[in-house]
Amino acid sequence: MWFYEKKLQYPVKVTECNPRLAKYLIEQYGGADGELSAALRYLNQRYTIPDKVIGLLTDIGTEEFAHLEMIATMIYKLTKDATPEQMKEAGLGAHYANHDHALYYQNAAGSPWTATYIAAKGDPIADLYEDIAAEEKARATYQWIINMSDDPCLNDSLKFLREREVIHSQRFREAVEILKFEKDRKQFF
Amino acid sequence: MYTPVKCYHPYYGPYDPCPPCKTKCYQTPPNLYLGFQPMNLQQYPLQEALYKGTLWPCLYDPYPTPVPEGGKR
Amino acid sequence: MKQGQSHDQERYSLMEKIQMVDFALVDLTLYLDTHPEDTQAVQQFNQLAVESRDLKTVYEQKYGPLRQYGGSFSGYPWNWADSPWPWQL
Repeated sequence: MWFYEKKLQYPVKVTECNPRLAKYLIEQYGGADGELSAALRYLNQRYTIPDKVIGLLTDIGTEEFAHLEMIATMIYKLTKDATPEQMKEAGLGAHYANHDHALYYQNAAGSPWTATYIAAKGDPIADLYEDIAAEEKARATYQWIINMSDDPCLNDSLKFLREREVIHSQRFREAVEILKFEKDRKQFF
Repeated sequence: MYTPVKCYHPYYGPYDPCPPCKTKCYQTPPNLYLGFQPMNLQQYPLQEALYKGTLWPCLYDPYPTPVPEGGKR
Repeated sequence: MKQGQSHDQERYSLMEKIQMVDFALVDLTLYLDTHPEDTQAVQQFNQLAVESRDLKTVYEQKYGPLRQYGGSFSGYPWNWADSPWPWQL
C-alpha cells in the first residue's frame, strides 16, 4: 500500500500568476512522457520483471507520484485566482469552458491521457529500454518547457525534475546491466 | 568523450524562409558515459544535493548548458 | 481562515531541512537498489533515516502530522486534515 506524506519532494515556488506556462506544464501532468505515465508505467511493469529490479521500479515509480504532485502544485499556483479573461488570453479558454480551474489529465494540446502512452511488453530488456527512453523523453520535454519559461522560480523546480530524469535513466541503465550479468554480478563491485 | 552538449551545422538552402539556425545543439547527459556507477564516489552536502537534484556530482547535469556562439538548442 | 499561520518563516525552513534529508534518502534508495552491497551507503541511509524521523517529530509538534494512517500521532481534535496542504504552502 502507499502512504501520503504532507510534504512536497522539493520546495515549489512560482513568481507570478501565469496561466500560459500552466498550459505548457500540463504536458508533464497528463502527456505521453509525463509524470502520470511514468508512475503507472513503472509500477505496472513490476509484476513481470525479475525480482532483482522490482525494488528499483517500485521506488522510481513512487518518486514519479511525488513529481506529479510538484507539477500539479505548479499548475495550481500559476492559475490560482486567474480570471476567466486571463485564462482566455493564455489560450486556456477551451479548458476553462470545460473545467474552470480544475486540473485535468491531458497534454499541452488538450488530448486526454490514455493508457496507450504506456508500453508493457513483458520482456524485461524491452521494458527497461522503454523506461530509459521514457526518462530521456521526459528530460527533453523539461528542456523545451524551460526554454519557453521566463519564471526563474518555476525554472528552478523544473531543473530539479529534469535532473531526476537523468538519475532515473542512470539507474535503469544499471538495471539492464544487472539483468545482463545476473550470474556473476560480482564483477561490477 | 563526455561533454554535456554537442553541436552540429545543419544544411540550409538559399530559399529557406526562416533565418537559418547555423548551429544546432543537443544534450548528452552524464548517464550516457558513466557506466555502472562505481562505489564510494563523492557526494554533495545534503543542503546542496536537494538543489542540484542529486547527491552525486558525477551525475549532475546543469541546464541550460552554455552553448557555443550562435548555437541554438 | 488560518492564513498567517502558513506565513511562518520558521515553518518553511524546518520543512526545507526535512526536504533536504528526505531527498538524500530518496537518491540513496535508488542507488542502493542497484548497489545493495555498498556498506557505507547502507550506513549513511540508516543514519539519515534517524535524522529524518527526529526532524519530523519536531515539525509535527508545531505544525501537525505529516504522515498518514498512523505514521504520525494526531493532536486533539483530529488535525491530520487541517490546511495547509503541501500545494497550498
